[in-house]
Amino acid sequence: MVKGRMLQGARAMAEMVALCRPKVISAYPITPQTLIVEELSQIVADGDLEAEFINVEGEHSAASVCLGACAAGARVFTCSSSQGILLMSEVIFNISGMRLPVVMICVNRSVSAPLNIWNDQQDSMILRDSGWIQLYAENNQETCDLLLQAYRIAEDHRVMLPVMVCADGYVLPHAYEIVDLPDQEKADAFLPFYEPIYKLDVENPSTMGAYADPEKYMETRYMIQETLKKSIPIVEEVARDFSNTFARPSYGLFENYHVDDSSTVVVALGSMAGTIKDAIDELRTEGEKVGLLRMICYRPFPKEALYEALRNAVNIVVIEKDISLGASGAVATDMRAIFQGRDASPRISGFVIGLGGRDVTIDDIKLAIKKAQQQFEDADFIGLKEELELEGIDA
Amino acid sequence: MLEVEEQDKFGDHLFASGHTACPGCGQSLAARLVLRAAGRNVIVVNSTGCLEVFSSKYPESAWEVPWLHSLFENTAAVAAGIEAALKINGQLDKVRVIAQGGDGSTADIGLGAISGMFERGHDVLYICYDNEAYMNTGIQRSGLTPYYARTTTSPPGRVSMGNWRPKKDVPQIAVAHEIPYVATASVGYHLDLDRKIRRALSIRGPKYMQIHVPCPLGWGSDPAHTIDIARLAVNTGLYPLYEVEEGETKVQKIPRKVPVEEYLKLQTRFRHLFGKNGGKKELEEIQRIADRNIEKYGLIGK
Repeated sequence: MVKGRMLQGARAMAEMVALCRPKVISAYPITPQTLIVEELSQIVADGDLEAEFINVEGEHSAASVCLGACAAGARVFTCSSSQGILLMSEVIFNISGMRLPVVMICVNRSVSAPLNIWNDQQDSMILRDSGWIQLYAENNQETCDLLLQAYRIAEDHRVMLPVMVCADGYVLPHAYEIVDLPDQEKADAFLPFYEPIYKLDVENPSTMGAYADPEKYMETRYMIQETLKKSIPIVEEVARDFSNTFARPSYGLFENYHVDDSSTVVVALGSMAGTIKDAIDELRTEGEKVGLLRMICYRPFPKEALYEALRNAVNIVVIEKDISLGASGAVATDMRAIFQGRDASPRISGFVIGLGGRDVTIDDIKLAIKKAQQQFEDADFIGLKEELELEGIDA
Repeated sequence: MLEVEEQDKFGDHLFASGHTACPGCGQSLAARLVLRAAGRNVIVVNSTGCLEVFSSKYPESAWEVPWLHSLFENTAAVAAGIEAALKINGQLDKVRVIAQGGDGSTADIGLGAISGMFERGHDVLYICYDNEAYMNTGIQRSGLTPYYARTTTSPPGRVSMGNWRPKKDVPQIAVAHEIPYVATASVGYHLDLDRKIRRALSIRGPKYMQIHVPCPLGWGSDPAHTIDIARLAVNTGLYPLYEVEEGETKVQKIPRKVPVEEYLKLQTRFRHLFGKNGGKKELEEIQRIADRNIEKYGLIGK
């Protein structure tokens, strides 16, 4: 018998947030994030979660309210999408620079222009350099599981950095799936009360957010970089503890789907892994040695673990829903850097797929794999409508 | 121990000496007066700007109260978050939250966040130290730069007489939010300032105070005359001192009308109005602003 309840993704995520007992929640509506904050505001209105729910006048202030409340010692939550993430971005960098363990969900959506409210991962990818830990979920169960882990990781005194849980817009929060949520007692046992190292306190006054001149600033960046590197085993440790506590696998840095015996390995993040696994299953029945490495922890980027997992691959096929315009996909670029100057030297092709909510099909995945097996491809767009006139592009 | 008690009696040390403000800085003096009135049970959130920069260069700090700086435009929102955390943790009965910034962060880039904080009714005192331009970045025009003032982005030239717009009336924007307390004050009148800070902090809900603070560097004034110049701004009628509590306006009267030239001529930012190329029309316009304030607020007792 399957454990859990049939829940809309947004409801499951909101219930999981409530189980994490944030004291201050602040958010601003944006599609497709809105369902989560609507559910949360209802949970607070019903008295099922004792928290301050602050409806702000924009995402910049939503993140700022969380920054202030977290500095005052409260566990906080916010979530947003797309333009909201971009508007928040100034505060996002500020939060990590101030070492505040804020946790948020990025409900992934494309960025304007043109206006498009559908899913891809351009929004969170833009913030990969912000000093936040970024965890990408495949489904609603995993989004909830990662949320509980996110607070544990962020508030760990060895880490003290914010965590962004990324969930593909529409595909996850709007979908109904069976989700198994822990009871409050078990959630509390896994996630104890937040104990800040520093906070705003009249009994013990401290100055937070001091400015640093050229003699001091660089060390703050070095410390975040070193902390992020050292948090890789902590992400694994928390996932192991989660798996043991809740008797359900949590993969930590990445999920290994037939990687070890495969000469061709797809690398991808988020919900399209389901489609990719279906494609791989079909290819494997035809005798092809193809696997999937589904990345969960994209920042910190677990270079050594990825190198070890992929060193025997001949073809690495990065399929991603983002593009660093004028260069390559962000993940493909990072993957290539891992193998630079090392013994293993797989061909690493990059494919851009599913931007602005374009459907990702099993055939698209198979096409990318086939192309990558034939020759090196870089930032190759899969699924373009050839019949559309591409203005400014010579045929 | 007597020494500590004496210090605490006046609270002068809560914003400590040794910071790096310019000589004659009106803002640093006003900040010290604010904290002296507020006492030690406050959490202060500071916008990016002069006050932040000259008081918090790591590893030094002039602040003996819990103090946080985040960004330029989000100070009211950060303060709202701190207030929410204090509220849910049951600490709001003994701790007050002050958000503060300059005129640029208040009237321009941060106005949306301030309006949101007012509208949601957070128990926060927002203080604008108004030195009438972006001084920290090098004297650029803000929404609170007065008519015809020279700044580095509103210079007088062959076809310009300086700043082309009057000051934005932020105190009345605050009044329009129907918050319980709005006041203007001047660093030139420290007893009035002290009383208003104490009054504001005795009231629950959002409060707004705008304190006029001369900036010798930006205004081109003698650092020794900061207080005199601040008082002249009040006594010309250019900076009316009033408070609005529950919709009722109370005014600090001025003894007699001082012509605006008396105030303007002490500052090089208005020097172009006194040159041989004219300025008579502009001086008359500035005088009309002062006269309108005197009339509107009844600044001269009958």
